[in-house]
Amino acid sequence: MTTAPGDVIALGAFQAWIDAFARLVQQNRDHLTELDAAIGDADHGTNMERGMTAVLEALADKQPADPGALLTATGMTLVSKVGGASGPLFGTFFLRMGTALKTEEPIDLALFAGAVAAGVQGVVDRGKATSGDKTMYDALQPASETLNEAASAGRDPADAITAAADAARSGCAATTPMHARKGRASYLGERSVGHQDPGATSVALLFEAAAQAVGS
Amino acid sequence: MKKLINRPEDVVAEALLGMAAAHDSLRVDHENRVVYRAEPARTGKVGIVSGGGSGHEPLHAGFVGLGMLDAACAGEVFTSPVPDQILAATQGVDVGGGVLHLVKNYTGDVMNFEMAVELADPAGIRVVSVVTDDDVAVQDSTYTAGRRGVGVTVLCEKIAGAAAEQGRDLDEVARIARDVNDRGRSMGVALTACTVPAAGRPGFDLGEDEIELGVGIHGEPGRERRALATARETAQLLLDPILEDMPIGQGEQVIAFVNGLGGTPLIEQYVMFNEIDALLAGRGIGIARSLVGNYITSLEMAGVTLTLLRVNDELLRLWDAPVNTTALRWGV
Repeated sequence: MTTAPGDVIALGAFQAWIDAFARLVQQNRDHLTELDAAIGDADHGTNMERGMTAVLEALADKQPADPGALLTATGMTLVSKVGGASGPLFGTFFLRMGTALKTEEPIDLALFAGAVAAGVQGVVDRGKATSGDKTMYDALQPASETLNEAASAGRDPADAITAAADAARSGCAATTPMHARKGRASYLGERSVGHQDPGATSVALLFEAAAQAVGS
Repeated sequence: MKKLINRPEDVVAEALLGMAAAHDSLRVDHENRVVYRAEPARTGKVGIVSGGGSGHEPLHAGFVGLGMLDAACAGEVFTSPVPDQILAATQGVDVGGGVLHLVKNYTGDVMNFEMAVELADPAGIRVVSVVTDDDVAVQDSTYTAGRRGVGVTVLCEKIAGAAAEQGRDLDEVARIARDVNDRGRSMGVALTACTVPAAGRPGFDLGEDEIELGVGIHGEPGRERRALATARETAQLLLDPILEDMPIGQGEQVIAFVNGLGGTPLIEQYVMFNEIDALLAGRGIGIARSLVGNYITSLEMAGVTLTLLRVNDELLRLWDAPVNTTALRWGV
């Protein structure tokens, strides 16, 4: 599905985004588990897979009428099913996006980018991370910034979201040399250095899924 | 890694079914995964709710009963429970005296309990939260998620539980819980890692002659890897950081708690207690009460945690008060 400047993102693309994210999480579950075993308690992969499976069931059951409702249902399900720190954080991200989108459909890039920024703010409000803490924020923030810059520059959704996915991927890779200052990895001190953050990895998958759903 | 389970994804649900079947004193809400006292508390008593990831048994469900917890929320293995569970538990134990949340200081636990309180507020239940953060292995700074809640959590649940059972009000019970947390410190050591059922392999690799100092209870690596040492040397490695962080003077009294992390036999725990006993005696610190055994575990991790709680007469009276739970029972 190709897009052109001024194009909008329809409900179907949001469903495709969540479907793709669930698929990527499932495919990468063992990888996420391994990353989390190195600097955490090895439950991130399992938790995210369980959460996203429940999300797909909830969406099939509820049949949300617009993207806002879809993302709100996604967020609520993640909060109810994932637990740990990822549940509240990923859940709040989607809940805030859902609130920002209201009942609009389809969604133009500017509104989408603004909603992502609102989602990121939710993560910051809940988890209080800053750049360099070695968390999901280190992938989220560059992705959101790239997306919002692209929206201001009038780029088309597919390009903008692909660029955001690249930024998320780079942000995620950048967590490897960081010394963790938040979450379970922070208990390890310098021993967290040299390991990629699992939460940031899930964020990279999230934006890769978005690129798959909206991209050409 | 050999485990006595069926499917990994069913471990928590099946364990809760087993607990309900084994213990008439418990009532389990399987849908919400909350363990309650079968006999609810009398009207007006402060309700005490705790919870956390599964895999630390008997913590917390093993401490549900007279004189200790009113409800325990069980998350997935090593994963915090979700707000819905905590809200259900909070509503389930409220008998008009308000509810105390005892929360171990882990990012997920704190966030999920916070979200539950945000939801409980409109329901009109007064909730006060106390966070335990006794682990000296982690520096409490802006560069970490703060100190982990470990052994002192058990002591807190007992002592605050006794205060609630005696009819003290919510603010007083919370004050006592905070006081216990402030007066206790812990340090842990692991001889092996543990294996989360869903992960299938140990969280880290320890050589035959290595130990991991400064471990928590979630199977994550500790602060420092060292050569295997004798019980005498290891006792020193646990005690020194505790006393450095919380000096205990000659003549002071403590509750000394040697806790097995799951994989260390009781015979070794007693060898360790003997060493701690000697070290404290050498410093003129009196052991007023002791606790030895598996109370806050990390699946099958071999190792122990040491917790010292500086006590006074009031805290000792609350410690001695009757308790009737599946893991701790005296005075009844």
